[in-house]
Amino acid sequence: MHVPDGFINAATSVGTGVVAAGGLGVSLRNAARGLRDFHIPLAGVTAALIFALQMLNFPVLPGVSGHLMGGALAAILLGPWMGAVVVSVVVIVQALFFADGGISALGVNVTNIALVTAFVAWPVFRGVLKILPKTRLSAMAAAMVSAFVSVLAGSFAFVLEYALGGVGGAPIGTVLGAMTGIHALIGVGEGLITATALGTVLAVRPDLVRGAADVELSGTDTVPTGRAVTTFVLTGLAVAVALVVFVAPFASPHPDGLETVAEQTGFASAAQEHPIGGPLADYQVAGVESETVGTIVSGIIGTVIAFAIGLGIVAVSRRRARSA
Amino acid sequence: MTALLEVEDLAYTYPDGTRALMGVSFSVAEGERVALLGPNGAGKTTLLLALIGIVEAQSGEVRVGGVTLEPETYPEVRRRIGVVFQDPDDQLFMPTVWRDVAFGPANLGLPAEEVESRTKEALAAVGMEEQADRAPHHLSGGEARRAAIATVLSMRPDVLVLDEPTSNLDPVGQRELAELLETLDTTQLIVTHDLPLALRLCPRSIVLNGGRVAADGPTAELLSDAALMAANRLELPYGFDPGTIAGR
Amino acid sequence: MSGVHAHALHYHGHSPVHRLASEVKIVAMFAFVAAVIATPTREVWAFGALAAILAVAVGLAELPTAFFLKRLSIELPFVIFALAMPFVGVGPYVEVGSLSLSVPGLWGAWNVLAKATLSVGASVVLSATTEVPDILAGFDRLRAPRLLTAIAGFMIRYLEVVVSELGRVRTAIAARLGNLSRRQEAATLASVAGTMFIRAYERGERIHQAMLARGYRGTIPPAATPALPARWAGTVAWIAASWVVAAAAILTS
Repeated sequence: MHVPDGFINAATSVGTGVVAAGGLGVSLRNAARGLRDFHIPLAGVTAALIFALQMLNFPVLPGVSGHLMGGALAAILLGPWMGAVVVSVVVIVQALFFADGGISALGVNVTNIALVTAFVAWPVFRGVLKILPKTRLSAMAAAMVSAFVSVLAGSFAFVLEYALGGVGGAPIGTVLGAMTGIHALIGVGEGLITATALGTVLAVRPDLVRGAADVELSGTDTVPTGRAVTTFVLTGLAVAVALVVFVAPFASPHPDGLETVAEQTGFASAAQEHPIGGPLADYQVAGVESETVGTIVSGIIGTVIAFAIGLGIVAVSRRRARSA
Repeated sequence: MTALLEVEDLAYTYPDGTRALMGVSFSVAEGERVALLGPNGAGKTTLLLALIGIVEAQSGEVRVGGVTLEPETYPEVRRRIGVVFQDPDDQLFMPTVWRDVAFGPANLGLPAEEVESRTKEALAAVGMEEQADRAPHHLSGGEARRAAIATVLSMRPDVLVLDEPTSNLDPVGQRELAELLETLDTTQLIVTHDLPLALRLCPRSIVLNGGRVAADGPTAELLSDAALMAANRLELPYGFDPGTIAGR
Repeated sequence: MSGVHAHALHYHGHSPVHRLASEVKIVAMFAFVAAVIATPTREVWAFGALAAILAVAVGLAELPTAFFLKRLSIELPFVIFALAMPFVGVGPYVEVGSLSLSVPGLWGAWNVLAKATLSVGASVVLSATTEVPDILAGFDRLRAPRLLTAIAGFMIRYLEVVVSELGRVRTAIAARLGNLSRRQEAATLASVAGTMFIRAYERGERIHQAMLARGYRGTIPPAATPALPARWAGTVAWIAASWVVAAAAILTS
């Protein structure tokens, strides 16, 4: 998800940079407003933690691994503003000091990895929590769904940027399919980790969870039973599949729309630099339909596989916990 | 001897109902070096935080150099009572040792030259001038402790309060730290589990247990009192006999 | 990424670049990267010229070539990323042996390769000649939001503390489970992340107490003004060279 230099053209990099600077500025102002001064060291240490967690890869499929992005976790724990600021700091430091993500792609990466994930995860988490019974398990389910959606949203933001000013001429349909497929899987990993992490925090220090600060949750002091875990996992699975089915086709008409917009609004330099305008237009008319179906199918298959893996992990760890 | 630090009937109950301090009283005279002993959970760390108003005691009083602790005097009291926390990773939070040692004086609003001279002076007092530009996480355990002490010395405190200054140090590091504390002529209150250290550095000890002062007297005497030691979960290292060592 | 040792980025020296104020170097790096990104893909000569300009900076910084190339190699993961492009791009295609490669894809791969290499090169010169605290102080002097640089400062300060804590927790779990499979790693990571957040929070509280104890009243004192000279003239000339190359490339394309 960390985009290198040269992947997105200059105009789009600058444009996204302006978006990122604006979003970060608003986040900073709002974070500072609710700021008790001990939040600064806290934010720094949390940023260090997210950096460290991002270094650990988890397997998605054989040969493909993802890592935690942390936007959803940060937003749920610290609130959307501080969450966005913290993950932005992580992304900026990674680019400046560790060449992880390009310097010119800072705007792209801050937008996709920090701002979009935090701003999508927060309302989804709050919304899902609102309609579920107020229990710890519900908060975990809400965290799972919001993390999953936030990762997909981040990948859609990338596809959008690529459609506006991507280099290399990969068909947007292909990019969308690949990004959605892989990020549906990464999203499941992100969801499981976010939910588990939140569950731990709720059990030990429920007062630290900003996203549930005004919600009285029951069952925070108990370990969920086997049946509850199964229900939780199955609910999460159903929501994830539903999202892939409904969100993917909704999003896929965007690229050709954006291509048109790009050509009309003088982002034509992008089209000149990588001559994909003509072929792409043809490709999309013929190809988007099947791409969409492919996206959905791969998304569903991927989601199911990842959930099977997740269930396996739960089963194994439970068995070990029992025998230990 | 005039009392420099006076603590009177200090009581604190945590929001969850845990009673950490139940009327603690003692005083420390100028130039004294006093050990604060007690088992885990005795309330030592709470007491240390209450001395400078980071936890606000529900009743009782703290006075240092004639200044009574209250919200208006927090800055003054925090300058006069210099607390060195147990984990140097918590104490040293700035990017370099120099900026960390300068943090306190800069907060006092001193002019830049004064901040610089105090920072130099404090680093010299702990023998860390050479490490001024290093990042705290590159320091050895002993160096980190000395830097942590310098961060407080630069504020020229009346009383130096140290929380477990020798924990996590190897024996040589412990000895070196003890030697350093001996060279400092600031009044000291040393919270420790390290009874030989208390015996070496502090003529007088206060034993805190269950949020109350259980004993207050000459260190060698307290450490020789088997009943008192057992009642307060204090134990000397195997083979250590305070009677055979010249205490102070 | 195995190391997060920010200090390992630095190459000790006393070159003119080392002795340049950090804010000047930050501006130079961003300006150079902007020139690189603005340069059209197919003006291959221009990338050669930009590489030469970067080489001047590396030379002035007295960085050994081996050190520079080694540090540059951290961009390798992205090179692999770029190599996929000729295979997924659209036509026209070019036949290379039995492979059919997308021409726009090949140009895309070149674009990422050239631009990422030059940009990473510029950031390597910055981090090799400037200590991390200096870089943050430079951002402060450039009027970057204080909240941002303060959080970044704490983050870098506590990165190694958190990483070693994380390592200890993973070792403790591995010691009980035997060697972890990748899958178990994921489960471990999940269970550890929450615990680690609580620890991070509690450390944040303790740091804040230590700050209060030393008279903190809401603002972190800034680093002293730099003893280092700004030397804007030379830096601006260097930046201008890269912009002239970019402009020429845009005009000739």
